[in-house]
Amino acid sequence: MSAVSEAVRVAPPGNPVSRSFRDSMVVAKRNLIRMSRIPEMIIYGLIQPIMFVVLFTYVFGGSMQIGGSASPVDYTNFLMAGIFAQTVTFATASSGAGIADDMHKGLIDRFRSLPMARGAVLTGRTLADLVQTAVTLVVLAVVALLVGWRVGSNGDTNAGKVLAAFGLLLLLGYAFTWIGALIGMSVRTPEAATSSGLIWLFPVTFISNAFVDPGHMTPWLRHIAEWNPFSATAQACRVFFANPGRSTSHAWPMEHPVWASLIYSILIIAVFRTLAVRKYRSAST
Amino acid sequence: MPGAIHAEGLVKTFGDVRALDGVDLDVPEGTVLGLLGPNGAGKTTTVRCLTTLLRPDSGKAVVAGVDVLKHPDAVRRSIGLSGQFAAVDEYLTGRENLQMVGQLYQMRAKAAKQRAAELLEQFNLADAADRPAKTYSGGMRRRLDLAAALVVSPPVMFMDEPTTGLDPRNRQQLWEVIKQLVSGGTTLLLTTQYLEEADHLAHDIAVVDHGRVIAQGTSDQLKAQTGGERVEVVVHEREHIADAAALLDRYSLRGLDNGDVTVEEHTRRLTVPVTGGAKLLAEIIRELDTRGIEIDDIGLRRPTLDDVFLSLTGHVAETADPSEANGKEAVK
Repeated sequence: MSAVSEAVRVAPPGNPVSRSFRDSMVVAKRNLIRMSRIPEMIIYGLIQPIMFVVLFTYVFGGSMQIGGSASPVDYTNFLMAGIFAQTVTFATASSGAGIADDMHKGLIDRFRSLPMARGAVLTGRTLADLVQTAVTLVVLAVVALLVGWRVGSNGDTNAGKVLAAFGLLLLLGYAFTWIGALIGMSVRTPEAATSSGLIWLFPVTFISNAFVDPGHMTPWLRHIAEWNPFSATAQACRVFFANPGRSTSHAWPMEHPVWASLIYSILIIAVFRTLAVRKYRSAST
Repeated sequence: MPGAIHAEGLVKTFGDVRALDGVDLDVPEGTVLGLLGPNGAGKTTTVRCLTTLLRPDSGKAVVAGVDVLKHPDAVRRSIGLSGQFAAVDEYLTGRENLQMVGQLYQMRAKAAKQRAAELLEQFNLADAADRPAKTYSGGMRRRLDLAAALVVSPPVMFMDEPTTGLDPRNRQQLWEVIKQLVSGGTTLLLTTQYLEEADHLAHDIAVVDHGRVIAQGTSDQLKAQTGGERVEVVVHEREHIADAAALLDRYSLRGLDNGDVTVEEHTRRLTVPVTGGAKLLAEIIRELDTRGIEIDDIGLRRPTLDDVFLSLTGHVAETADPSEANGKEAVK
């Protein structure tokens, strides 16, 4: 077999940063190819947020008071930032399930036996998830427009601010996929990753300003809601979209939502990336 | 000079379980070592330690001249690993899988592409190259997994139960591929539960149990130790057992370990180690017939992994099990 007589065509280890980037891109490409061959995953990922938009708009919309107005239109405009934020965090489950599946099938072992950058398998996966999150957000924004959501209904905004809001949403989603990566590295089966990736997201996204004004919550719950990283992003989006129902609380993240959102997301990435990559280094199936 | 794969005193514990309890191995360059043992013996853990996937608690390992614990990344550049689960991405095509692995071995995209095409041809996967691996048969997936391990033609290969779960035809095919590979000079460590497989592929066999290498040698050496062929007879009448035992004793290999006739009274089964194969079996049948000993069953048995294993573990328990020795002393 000529395989054996072939010279080893392996480049010497180059600059670790460029190697890490290159390896991450190879893995991201692999995950994007995968996703394109399992379109039902993206479709299922869309059904839930679309259902939330429709249910909240038409079921709750009539009974919600936002900034003293009981108009369903105001509720829709208030709601969308919350739904967008919730949707991006749900990427946690798919990233966790994907990584747990790779563990389960022995692919993580294969990657770990290769001379590739140690963080690249997880970085590649989270980058691919980021692309999926972006696609989901675009579709969801179209649905939102269809049910009557409009930016700038209560003040000034512009294209740059709207893009900045989506930027913050993507960063939050990217941060949460690292939480998913850690979950995926820690559980035994993809099923466990999906459920443990989702369960805690319900309290996190509901004890927040996403769907209701935390001003009406019990004080201790309100404090949690106001300091919830998730609330900071929702508040920042409402500011950028100039949508109604912004929290008037004096809690720091509510007064400086853009900074709070950035700091929270970067902090989550720093902590969970470190933990997940450490887990990858010592992974044993 | 230490071999291409060299391990000394590898220990790995998982909680209370001592998965590896001081594994010593040496595989000279260009040879094949078969690591034989039952499930849970420590075969996979050994491979995982040698391929940088698992850090042993203590011990030393050198692969392709590089210290595994000190320079794992350098080791990864010189090894190929093919596991028991056929670790390929099932949604990627065969070609995409191989290209990805090539790039992650730090090959340039173009070189990886060319290499993938070569391997698909060699492993008889060219026709299926652009189909997702999900559509492959079990044998094709194993071949793809093996091809992935060979992308950079590593000088040292590890295969963890490469044919477990394959049907006989696919197993044969894979054996041919492995033989070709080895004939090119690759050093290979192969784990298996099948004596036949080790027999077929390996120069040397190491039997592992409870995280230790309990015997090492060529397959002939191990078989000889186990006692080769046996004839088993089940007589119809209980009264005939003594007669049959006397007859079989004439053919027994006295002087060897376990060379005598063994008798199980309640099942009326007699077993005797022999040499001489089918011809001898025919003779025994004739002799039994002339003496009017009616039989329910008779057969020639060759040693199975179980036999090799039982005889080896039995041997260890007698002479080298420290816990048992201590126990006996305490009783005295």
